[in-house]
Amino acid sequence: MVTRAQPDLAAARAVAAAVPDPELPMVTVADLGILRDVGARDDGSLVVTITPTYSGCPALREIAHDLRRRLAAAGFAEVTVRTALAPAWSSDWITAAGRRKLLEAGVAPPHPAAAQPGPVPLTLAGIRREPVTCPQCESGRTAQTAAFSGTACKALYRCESCREPFEYIKDI
Amino acid sequence: MTEDEFTAYQSLGEETEDHRWAFGTGFTDPLEGIGPSVPGGVDAAALAAYCLMLGDDALVYSHRLQQWMTRMPELEEETALANIALDLLGQARMLLARAGQAEGAAADGTGRDEDRLAFFRDEHEFRNVRLAEHLDADFAELTGRLLVFSAWRLALCTHLASAADPVLAAIAAKSARELAYHRDYAAQWVIRLGDGTPLSHGKMQAALEAIWPLAGELFQPDPVSARLPGVAVDPADLRGEVDAVLDAVLAEATLSRPGAAPLARVAGQAGRDGVHTEGFGYLLAELQSLARAHPDATW
Repeated sequence: MVTRAQPDLAAARAVAAAVPDPELPMVTVADLGILRDVGARDDGSLVVTITPTYSGCPALREIAHDLRRRLAAAGFAEVTVRTALAPAWSSDWITAAGRRKLLEAGVAPPHPAAAQPGPVPLTLAGIRREPVTCPQCESGRTAQTAAFSGTACKALYRCESCREPFEYIKDI
Repeated sequence: MTEDEFTAYQSLGEETEDHRWAFGTGFTDPLEGIGPSVPGGVDAAALAAYCLMLGDDALVYSHRLQQWMTRMPELEEETALANIALDLLGQARMLLARAGQAEGAAADGTGRDEDRLAFFRDEHEFRNVRLAEHLDADFAELTGRLLVFSAWRLALCTHLASAADPVLAAIAAKSARELAYHRDYAAQWVIRLGDGTPLSHGKMQAALEAIWPLAGELFQPDPVSARLPGVAVDPADLRGEVDAVLDAVLAEATLSRPGAAPLARVAGQAGRDGVHTEGFGYLLAELQSLARAHPDATW
């Protein structure tokens, strides 16, 4: 053998996939589609590829840090975390499991994103016009109260039926 | 707190060698793991200058938005502007980092990093359009300027998504998704205020009159684009697309398109040449002074 022992990629993937998102700790980086790949170099070191959700998302740095820490704890000493920008992250990459966990936590998962930016909307009905279902009571009578929210990936809504405010993952 | 909520932040409390520079990013490279090479046939020095232009637009615009923090009429608008400023800051970081990579490639060495470019250049070295540095007098100017800027930058980034530099293309494609959202947010306010009360209509129209002279520069030739065939977009090519968006929004908002002439250039030069408006010096002083006073501080 000329190359060093290859790491157990399935085990590494399982550790990496379990890293929670710092802003949405009910879902993991795998649920959100942030974790793109776990691979190995010839020298046996790990290469973990992640992608930012939004350009300025400060969570990416904490995620990279957490990946290194958890992988080190699991016995993977040499880990490189690299960023991939293309293709750009889309909320469509949130997995079915991720959507279910978001819903259970009271956060409405995103509608399918438009492939290309659409025409500028000329109404006052909110930036996205598709109705969002209330994660609490499942009513379709909801209204956008703000196009943005506490993190870059969410908007604020309110249910007209149960009157509860809730967050919606923006579809981009 | 659940266990996961705690563990998500646990690594922050650990002692590491990973100190953060107090007044900049310092702690991470936004292009980590993305190769610094510049494709063959692309003028690396011109690519550095081009990324710097577009990065400066985002950095300076973001700072102007940050100055509005705590001054918004409602908390919802406060979060909106903070998020838009954050998106633009993220775009600026990647573009300045790419500018540094290309600068290094042009010199067969190492270029400046994003912090060096953001905090240690003087006014005449900034290449942003003057629209980005405008100090909004009121909320109407804020939303009107954001509509013009984001509609233009969206058109630009949409074209750049197929640029011959794959890193710039990826940054642009990512930015476009964010900018569409910014444009839509701004458009809603312009329509709401323009088609609102006589008072809000008057203020929105006055805001457009104040902003319009700064819009001309967006479509004027710059000293760099012509040196980057296959990469840069000719600014003049964006006018039709941007005008269509602005005209549609202004019509819905019952506002009239101002006829004001573009703000004069100074001896033929403007923002892309490093010639800025008076307010820009104050903006830079606020942005840079702390970093310059404590260049190696960490926390």
